Amino acid sequence: MNSGFRTLLYKEILRFWKVLVQTVGAPVLTALLYLLIFSHVLEDHVQVYPGVSYTAFLMPGLIMMSVLQNAFANSSSSLIQSKITGNIVFVLLPPLSYMEFFLAYLLAALIRGFTVGLGVLLVGLFFADIEMRYPLWMLVFALASGAVFACVGIIAGIWANQFDHLAGVQNFIIMPLTFLSGVFYSIHSLPPFWQSVSHFNPVFYMIDGFRYGFFGQGDVDPWLGLAVVSPFVALLAGVTLMMLKSGYKLRH
Amino acid sequence: MSTRKGYAGFVSAEAQRIHCPAVRLRGLEKHFPRVHALRGIDLDIAQGEFFALLGPNGAGKTTLISILAGLTRASAGSVSVMGFDVTKQYRDARRSLGVVPQELVYDPFFTVRETLRLQSGYFGLRRNDDWIDELLANLGLTDKAETYTRLLSGGMKRRVLVAQALVHKPPVIVLDEPTAGVDVELRQSLWNFIRRFNSEGHTIVLTTHYLEEAEMLCERVAMLQDGRIVALDRTANLLRAGAERRLLLDLDTPDLPEFLRPRLKGREGNHYVLDLPDYGDLEGILAQLRVAGIPIRDLALRQANLEEVFLKVMHGGQA
Repeated sequence: MNSGFRTLLYKEILRFWKVLVQTVGAPVLTALLYLLIFSHVLEDHVQVYPGVSYTAFLMPGLIMMSVLQNAFANSSSSLIQSKITGNIVFVLLPPLSYMEFFLAYLLAALIRGFTVGLGVLLVGLFFADIEMRYPLWMLVFALASGAVFACVGIIAGIWANQFDHLAGVQNFIIMPLTFLSGVFYSIHSLPPFWQSVSHFNPVFYMIDGFRYGFFGQGDVDPWLGLAVVSPFVALLAGVTLMMLKSGYKLRH
Repeated sequence: MSTRKGYAGFVSAEAQRIHCPAVRLRGLEKHFPRVHALRGIDLDIAQGEFFALLGPNGAGKTTLISILAGLTRASAGSVSVMGFDVTKQYRDARRSLGVVPQELVYDPFFTVRETLRLQSGYFGLRRNDDWIDELLANLGLTDKAETYTRLLSGGMKRRVLVAQALVHKPPVIVLDEPTAGVDVELRQSLWNFIRRFNSEGHTIVLTTHYLEEAEMLCERVAMLQDGRIVALDRTANLLRAGAERRLLLDLDTPDLPEFLRPRLKGREGNHYVLDLPDYGDLEGILAQLRVAGIPIRDLALRQANLEEVFLKVMHGGQA
């Protein structure tokens, strides 16, 4: 069956691929700057896990942060641009189902997130010895977490009427959640109150589980992390699909 | 046995489809939060028709087209394209429809050819380059194929939109104000192209502010006002019924001859404006003038145009 799904996915990938410097180069550079500055300042002062340098500890957090932010950025910016320029009709007029629409935007966002994440990893290899003990755990957490943020991106892209709305989501939800999730530190270094607050942040489990895949050590058991993250995948995918099915803000 | 039955059923549905209207609207209603945009529209557009949807801004034309295209959902009523319900059988309905939107929209990331290839792909057409090349040639876009659409002029962008609507050779083509802001030359070539589609059996539905275009192109016209159809007839019938035919005469005589007085409607400059419902009377009038020895300095016939009919209908009159 020749469906439009493949083409929509291809178009969504081509869209960011054509401006690779902005969509992949820039976030990799940002992560590199974090890496340089934090590892320079903290390398000799902080050791979170035995046998793991601070720079090595930082890497999974930065990779995951890049995956999440770019998965969000891809789906949200694609949709809002199409809505504001009006060319969203090009994908609303063809015989695409809401499921095909969802999967195309989801997969393209994951591919963008993974491309950036891979870029950060490659750059990081120059700065630290990074072991990757459980690649499957890495993949599971990267996929699940990337999917959550891709969905948030689709929801935000459909909901937002202007770029300011998206910036609001980015600045007041995405950034605090990722920065306060243990990208740069172990939550065990936090005072007890903030430790318990961190346990309510789903992004904490995403990053911790992903880091477990690298070092075989984490703040919580990866199975617990998976048990927390999976319902979020289901919930956000469900909400996204319901929005798309109802035609909310797309088919008035 | 069951497969044969299924097959037979399929064929008969297809056979029915041959006779179904290209577009069918029944009891179509659309409420927006503050606007009652469509108030019960019933309309059939036959296959192969060249149909115009006219009405002032805000009459509901674009809402109607959006519902037809699945971009907007009806509040009540049913809509089908080539016999396919636009919500229950949306895939077939959308495959049957090509829409040229009113706004000059484009995707800044892609060239003209990429845009058309993507649009083909959305409809499941992978290798469509022969047809794309034909579209480009017919719309005068061949030398712009590798140019980014965003760099094209407004008229050129409009042509790309027309090409996009036609990539899948839809049986029904809807053009929403396609010639707004477009120069005369392009208008002509665009209409020639669309006429060709029409002559090959494609149904054309057009909204336009240029009433002379509708008059020239369309066999049948619906006029919309406040979400209702206020006139629906063949263009020729509307013209005949809607406005009077006039004979304008400038005669070399101080007074209008007695036999013409009943026809007198008024004066415009040196001309008497005379009622002439039947053009067949003209010959008799001229003969009588010749017999009376009254020379004619100037003569003109004034026919109703769609604009007059439109204005009359919109201001409460019946066409």
